[in-house]
Amino acid sequence: MLDLLANPNTQWVLVGTMLLGITSGVLGSFALLRRQSLLGDAMSHAALPGICIAFIIVGSKEMLPLIIGAGITAYIGTYLIQAFVKHSRIKTDTAIGLVLSVFFGIGIVLLTYINRNATGNQSGLNEFIFGQAAAMVRSDVNLFVIAAIALLTITFLLFKELKIITFDREFAQGLGLPTVFINGLLMTMIVASVVIGLQAVGVVLMAAMLIAPAITAKYWTDRLDVMVILSGVVGGLSGLLGTLISAPISGMPTGPLIIVSSCSLFFLSLIFAPKKGLLTKAIRLMRLRKSTSQNQVMQGMYEFIEETGRNNLTLDDLTRVQPLSGLRLQQTIKRLQKRNWLQSSTQTYQFTDKGIKEAHQITLNQRMLQMYSMHEMQFAHLPMEKNNWDFLSLPNSEQQPLFKLLSKHELFPSVLQERTEDQ
Amino acid sequence: MTYTMWIILTASLVSVACSIVGVLLVLRKMAMISDAISHTVLLGLVSAFLITQSLDGLAMFIGAAIAGILTAVFIQLLNSAGVQADAAIGIVFTFLFAIGVILVSMFARDVHLDVEHSIMGELAFIPWTTVDWLGIEGVPQAVWMISIVLVINIILLFVFYKEFKLSSFDPHLAAALGIPVVFLHYLLMGMTSITAVASFDAVGAILVVAMIIAPPATAYLLTEQLGKMFIYSAIIAVLSAISGYYFAAILDTNIAGMMATMTGLFFLLAFLFSPTHGVVIKKIRNRFTTYSNDEA
Repeated sequence: MLDLLANPNTQWVLVGTMLLGITSGVLGSFALLRRQSLLGDAMSHAALPGICIAFIIVGSKEMLPLIIGAGITAYIGTYLIQAFVKHSRIKTDTAIGLVLSVFFGIGIVLLTYINRNATGNQSGLNEFIFGQAAAMVRSDVNLFVIAAIALLTITFLLFKELKIITFDREFAQGLGLPTVFINGLLMTMIVASVVIGLQAVGVVLMAAMLIAPAITAKYWTDRLDVMVILSGVVGGLSGLLGTLISAPISGMPTGPLIIVSSCSLFFLSLIFAPKKGLLTKAIRLMRLRKSTSQNQVMQGMYEFIEETGRNNLTLDDLTRVQPLSGLRLQQTIKRLQKRNWLQSSTQTYQFTDKGIKEAHQITLNQRMLQMYSMHEMQFAHLPMEKNNWDFLSLPNSEQQPLFKLLSKHELFPSVLQERTEDQ
Repeated sequence: MTYTMWIILTASLVSVACSIVGVLLVLRKMAMISDAISHTVLLGLVSAFLITQSLDGLAMFIGAAIAGILTAVFIQLLNSAGVQADAAIGIVFTFLFAIGVILVSMFARDVHLDVEHSIMGELAFIPWTTVDWLGIEGVPQAVWMISIVLVINIILLFVFYKEFKLSSFDPHLAAALGIPVVFLHYLLMGMTSITAVASFDAVGAILVVAMIIAPPATAYLLTEQLGKMFIYSAIIAVLSAISGYYFAAILDTNIAGMMATMTGLFFLLAFLFSPTHGVVIKKIRNRFTTYSNDEA
């Protein structure tokens, strides 16, 4: 591995793929938030005819003209998509798929034409389809460095404007920002980042370079600035991983490995991200279910006692007051017993002293929530959602009107009432 | 049948089969799913080859069809896990396609599983692999495959026509009426998969996408009726196939690519000159009405 890293050629490839990852990650964040991820797919496919036309005109595999040609047709493709959507009843997804496949078809026609008719060294254009990072040479990388620095600098300088236009275009217009210009600039930058990635990743897979890092970053933050930086890091890291894994294995394509790396990072984030990950969500849901079913059983029992005055319920009574499924009821009862809120004696369950206080609080809170919902306008100033609907932690002065309402509707929890009034 | 006729016949069958599923996909705003499925077919083909160690047609077909349906399932899963729709499609198909490319270059490089071929297709080779079946001799394997798929598509379309129609235009009403919307969704995904697979070897992924999206989109600009949309898009698809073949022959270039180009050309014509939705026609009509208003 170290030998490989010492190889100057590998170093250039490494620098190239990392830069590509960083720029496409950064600009991909904007594309993702504007719900234009698949536009990148169309752009990269639409670049192919441009590459071929540039080759036919210039007659050699010079990188700069090829990239300019690619940029021009990619831009035309993007423009056509927007024109189709704007001026006809064609929907965005159809327009994207149409431009993508037709431009690629034109590209294939030109490519085959070049392969069959051109003289001299024309091989190597095919590598744009699937990418060939290993074919990057120093002059290519120099070009990428310049392009990447330019793109990142513009993004940095215009960050505020790009942010506003991404989230609220009308607001940006209202502020007097030149929205058309900034919009066009952003589109041009996305095209540029797609085009410089083509040689390494290829036309077919380039879309993933815009999407995967950005959506990965989105799982870790809600802030655009953090997301853009993270996305750049993820992109760069995928470039690094893909190149390092593919380098020692002969014939192993770098582009697909870069894509697999960035997609794997996405899948990991999808599952394990601390706030939005599926695992966290599942755990949160399970906890919520547990506490809700506990509260339901406690309140049900409390209300049973309120009605009948009997602090001993059979399992049948419990099922009647709180229709949880059998297994869940069993589990909940066990959990309540463990917390020493319930105790059982011959076929019946009753509250412990601690348990009945707890049930009183739960019931009180629940009924205060009822009052709150009935008179929502009156209590609109209370930050209940932030408070996790915990009415008991409100200052006494805020609780009083709710208590009054409870008494009015004769809903004040009554089992422990005498004791509360004593206090 | 001559060599040329076989190629045109194959391409026409492919284009009609594609345009049938295409109309439904375009109306349901799921056009890009076809792009995803036609790419992931490659992974199915490679996996089938690695498991069976042969290039047996049926195994390949089943493998690729499974890959296609799995693509749809994965996209749905990501979607319901909260990933926005476009990103879900983009991630799933690039990931599966990348794995396909890696597997090919690791294990199947010497086999007839050229990745480039899978994208561009090579219609010119079609007439040379023939299979005798049902006592009919000398019919290319690709023609058999795509004919069977076409028949399946047509039968399913006729059987579920009303259901497809309603669930395409008003999915909520369809669900409320008890039409099995989810079943129809996966049925359509299945149809897309087998169509993509059968067409894949003959014409390549990219023409499959072009044929699925472009002729229906063109027809969409020409008519307001679903039945006519199917017929128009089939006609446009066949016209693209035939004209594409002859242009390719003149320029000595890739046939599938030229056919895709032609679908684009037909769309552009409809976009500009469709009597009801054409941009140019609308402009002319606007000018005319403004003048007559001025006079009045």
